Amino acid sequence: MLAAQSTPDKEFEQLIVAFCCNWCSYAGADLAGTARRSYPANIKIIRVPCSCRVNPTFILRAFLRGADGVIIAGCHPGDCHYTSGNYFARRRMTLLMSMLSFLGVDKARLRVEWVSAAEGNKFAEVMTSFAETIKALGENVKLRDLRCKK
Amino acid sequence: MQKIEQLIKEKARDLLAAGQVTSVIAWQKGEMFYDNAPGYFDNTEELDALVYNAFCAANLSKYLIANTKKDEKTAVFLKPCDTYSLNQLIKDRRVQREQVLVIGIPCAGMVDINKVKAQGLKGIIGITEDGDNLTVETAYGTKQVARAEVLLNKCLACKGSAYAVSDETIGEPMAVKHAPYDRFAVVKELESLSPQERFAFWQEELSKCIRCNACRDICPACSCEQCLFDNPESPLAGKANNNSAEEQLFHIIRAYHVAGRCTDCGECSRVCPQGIRLDLLNRKFIKDINEFYGDYQAGADADTNAPLLSFDVDDVEPGAATKGRE
Ligand code: SF4
Ligand code: SF4
Ligand code: FES
Repeated sequence: MLAAQSTPDKEFEQLIVAFCCNWCSYAGADLAGTARRSYPANIKIIRVPCSCRVNPTFILRAFLRGADGVIIAGCHPGDCHYTSGNYFARRRMTLLMSMLSFLGVDKARLRVEWVSAAEGNKFAEVMTSFAETIKALGENVKLRDLRCKK
Repeated sequence: MQKIEQLIKEKARDLLAAGQVTSVIAWQKGEMFYDNAPGYFDNTEELDALVYNAFCAANLSKYLIANTKKDEKTAVFLKPCDTYSLNQLIKDRRVQREQVLVIGIPCAGMVDINKVKAQGLKGIIGITEDGDNLTVETAYGTKQVARAEVLLNKCLACKGSAYAVSDETIGEPMAVKHAPYDRFAVVKELESLSPQERFAFWQEELSKCIRCNACRDICPACSCEQCLFDNPESPLAGKANNNSAEEQLFHIIRAYHVAGRCTDCGECSRVCPQGIRLDLLNRKFIKDINEFYGDYQAGADADTNAPLLSFDVDDVEPGAATKGRE
C-alpha cells in the first residue's frame, strides 16, 4: 500500500477533474485563456450550472474512474448566481472531505475554491498549485482499493 | 414485558374490532424465541402470534411507507427510539402522519442473543425477563444474567424513554440501565490514527461486505423509491462480492445518503451479517455535523431543517475543519 502511494519511476501523468460553475470559475477559465495565462493541460473541466449541482457521488465516481484529484470551483460565498447554492455545496463538501480523510484518503486530493469570473489569474494559480499538490501525492489508488483486501 | 405484551394485544384487538384501523404493525413470533420479526395484522384472529419481549429490536417505522400509500389507517407500536425514525420519515414526507396511529410502548433495552451465548451458555431454550435480570433456561439448568451485560450494542446509545412522536402510550416509562457509554469513542480513536492506519482499518472492515444490502433495506432513513444501487443503468449497481471498482463506494454513498437524517437507530449494524461497524461511518457524519453546525438529533422533531438542507453564511470552509490526524 505504501509502495503504491509513492511516485512510480516513470513520469506520473496525473489526471485532475475540475467541476467549474458556469457563472464564475468557468468564465474565469475563459479569462485565463484570453489573457494567455496557462494552467496544466491535464485538468479536465466539467461545466456545471452551479457548484451545488455537484453531487458527492460525481466526485467519488471521478476518483473511481482514475482521477488523482478533484477540484470544485464555485462563486464566492454570497455571490452565487442562484443566491445560496454554494452555501449548500460548502456543507456537502465539508462533510465529504472529512469522511474521505476518515477513511484514510488524503483530503488534499479534493479541493474547493471560490473563483469569480473576473479572477482569471486566480483560476490559473489555483489550478497550477492544485496540480502540484496532486503531483506530490502521486497516483490515487486508495478509493479503488478500499474493498479489495489483498 | 409480559404485561406490556398483554396490553398491546388488547389495544390491537380493540382497534381492529372497532374498525378504527385497518391494520396493525407490531412484532410476531419468529422461528426461534430470539428472532421475532415485524408482523402485519389485519384481523383479530391473527393476534395470538403478536409478541413483545426483549427480542423485538426491529424498528417498525419503515414499514409505514408502504402502508400509508394505501387509503387506510394503520396503528403502529413504537419503542422510544423507533419514534425518532418515524419522525424523520414524516419530515422527509415519506409517511403520511394522518394515516398512522402511533402508540408508544416502553422498552427496557433489547437483548443480543449472541452476547447471552457468549456468557458460556449452551442449549438455550428460552429467556424470561424480570426487570434488570433475565432468567435463561438451558438444557443444563437455569442461570441468571444481568440485562445490562447482554444488551444490543444499539441500546447502549439509548436516546431515553421519551417518545419523539406518539398519539397514545401504553405502560410506564422504563429506563435502560448500563455502564456509561460514549457513542463517539471509537470514531475519536480512529481520528487519532494516521491516514495509513485508518485506511488499513477500513479496508479490512469493508472487504468483509457481501453486498447483501441488508443495511440499506433495514434503514428507515434509506427510503428512496428507486435506489441507485438497484438501477442496472447506474454505474454504481452491483450485488455480488465483486472486487470491481464500482463496489468500492457502496458504504460511503450509503452513509452519505443518510447523513443528517440518520437517527443513529443502530439497525444497520445490527443486521449486517458480517458484523461491519457501519455505525462508525454514520457516527462520523453525526459527530462532524454536531461539531461544525451545532448539535443535531435527526428525528427529534418533524419541522426543523436538516443540517444539509440549511446553511449559515459563516460555515467552516471545506478542509479547514477536518478532524483526524494528517
Ligand atoms: S443509517 Fe443505520 S443507524 Fe442510521 S437511520 Fe439508517 S439503519 Fe438507523
Ligand atoms: S449489511 Fe453488511 S454485508 Fe450486507 S451490504 Fe451492508 S455492509 Fe455489506
Ligand atoms: S452559480 Fe456559481 S456557485 Fe452557484
